[in-house]
Amino acid sequence: MPLDAIANIATAGLLTGLVYGLSALGLSAIFGVTRIVNFAHGELMVIGMYGALLLFQHFGLAPLWAIPIVGAALFAIGYALQAGLVNRLLHAPEHMQFLLMAALAIMLVALCLMAFGPNAQNVTLESAYDSVEIGVLILDAHRVYAGIAAIAVAGLLFVFFRYHPLGKAIRACADNLTGAAVVGLNVKRLFALTFGIGSACIGAAGCIILMLVDVHPYLANTYTLLAFVVVIIGGMGSLSGALLGGLLVGVSEALAGLLLQPSLKSMFSFGLLILVLILRPEGLLGRRS
Amino acid sequence: MLEVRDLDLYYGDAQALDRVSLTVDPGAIVAIVGANGAGKTSLIRAVAGMERPRHGSIRFKGRDIAGQPSHVVCDLGIGQVAEGRQVFPNLSVLENLEVGAMLPRARDRQDESLAEVMALFPRLAERRDQAAGTLSGGEQQMLAIGRCLMGKPELIMFDEPSLGLAPTVVQEVFRVIRRLNRQGLTVVLVEQNVALSLKLAARAYVLENGRVAISGTGADLLADDRVRRAYLGM
Repeated sequence: MPLDAIANIATAGLLTGLVYGLSALGLSAIFGVTRIVNFAHGELMVIGMYGALLLFQHFGLAPLWAIPIVGAALFAIGYALQAGLVNRLLHAPEHMQFLLMAALAIMLVALCLMAFGPNAQNVTLESAYDSVEIGVLILDAHRVYAGIAAIAVAGLLFVFFRYHPLGKAIRACADNLTGAAVVGLNVKRLFALTFGIGSACIGAAGCIILMLVDVHPYLANTYTLLAFVVVIIGGMGSLSGALLGGLLVGVSEALAGLLLQPSLKSMFSFGLLILVLILRPEGLLGRRS
Repeated sequence: MLEVRDLDLYYGDAQALDRVSLTVDPGAIVAIVGANGAGKTSLIRAVAGMERPRHGSIRFKGRDIAGQPSHVVCDLGIGQVAEGRQVFPNLSVLENLEVGAMLPRARDRQDESLAEVMALFPRLAERRDQAAGTLSGGEQQMLAIGRCLMGKPELIMFDEPSLGLAPTVVQEVFRVIRRLNRQGLTVVLVEQNVALSLKLAARAYVLENGRVAISGTGADLLADDRVRRAYLGM
């Protein structure tokens, strides 16, 4: 096996992994703050993909330029979901939240089927066959753009949480909920905001991945599972862990496809998951509790 | 300033407060003492909007706040230094203070409040970029008080501020409370250190099994036989 082929595939895997990481970032931020396990994660991502698809079909907008619009729409959906539904179950037993999110997931897939049908659809851009050469690496231009866009959105999220007053308030809620109530933070509003921001992230990841993947409603389950694998590997609730987990899963899938068979690629990400669960159950960058 | 009337609070079927009434005048220090489980923290949490009382009224500056959520109560000017300090361990000292100033009433005055708090607690200024979880217990208590002051309260409820602190630090905390009171803050003080808090307090209430068993001036209670036997070990 020539080394430059391996380097090429690994880099492509890294770039895809960045998009996985961005999507998992949304899941992890929501869980880290609200402790809601978002079983409708992949569904929100597929809605983001369809949003970008519609913008492309009707206005000729390339998926990357659709990010602000789709992100804003998913922010609104996520905010409404938390404010209208999930906040009512904050003090209910955990399985109530699970049931709510699982039911929501089923309904969203059904809605996508009704609206868009079961067939795979994609955006066809002229730039799809462009490539970028960096030294020995020859990469699909789209994959490079996807990676860069994922880094940019993730960077925005990190800056928001680190420096914006609302970001600090959200981190305070994640840190100590009693303390947050003591200082008079409006916890329910901040939860809704977090769910909105997490969903916007997921929507952005949906737009980006549409450059690489065809969309169909059943993709949702795959992405939910993938995001959970990524987040558990990286550490539930850890933002940098989500990115790291995404990179690892992206690379391992790509290399598995090259060295063995593409159909065996999930074996590697799940193998990684099992290894992490045995050796470091809190995840690579997760906090021991 | 704060007027609690006939307050009943339940956790499920268990009654935590039974027709509790108390009055806090502007500028006063009012002490609430009692054994563990007597309902002191429940009373504070009910006033702070963190528990919803079943009956009774809580009036603050003439407005009934019973059942209002905590972010509304805080924004009216009732601050709280909670039991166990409740700082944000992974946020820096400075971020803890900034989050304390997020109330609408305090937001515009954040810089000025920060300067005041840093002047009151130079230790916090030294450790401004350190994670709050790495501070000592005494420093965390200072941070909890400073964070509360960032919210520009008119009344502060202290819940067991001396719990788990070294004696010299306890004295420091009480010095700060007296100083804040002299600057015009109204204080509600829940303390296990009964002697110290009765000496400080204009009025005091003894809670037993969720009821007000004895009330009077701090000096009256210090002289009261029942209080001396039960809480001062004399």
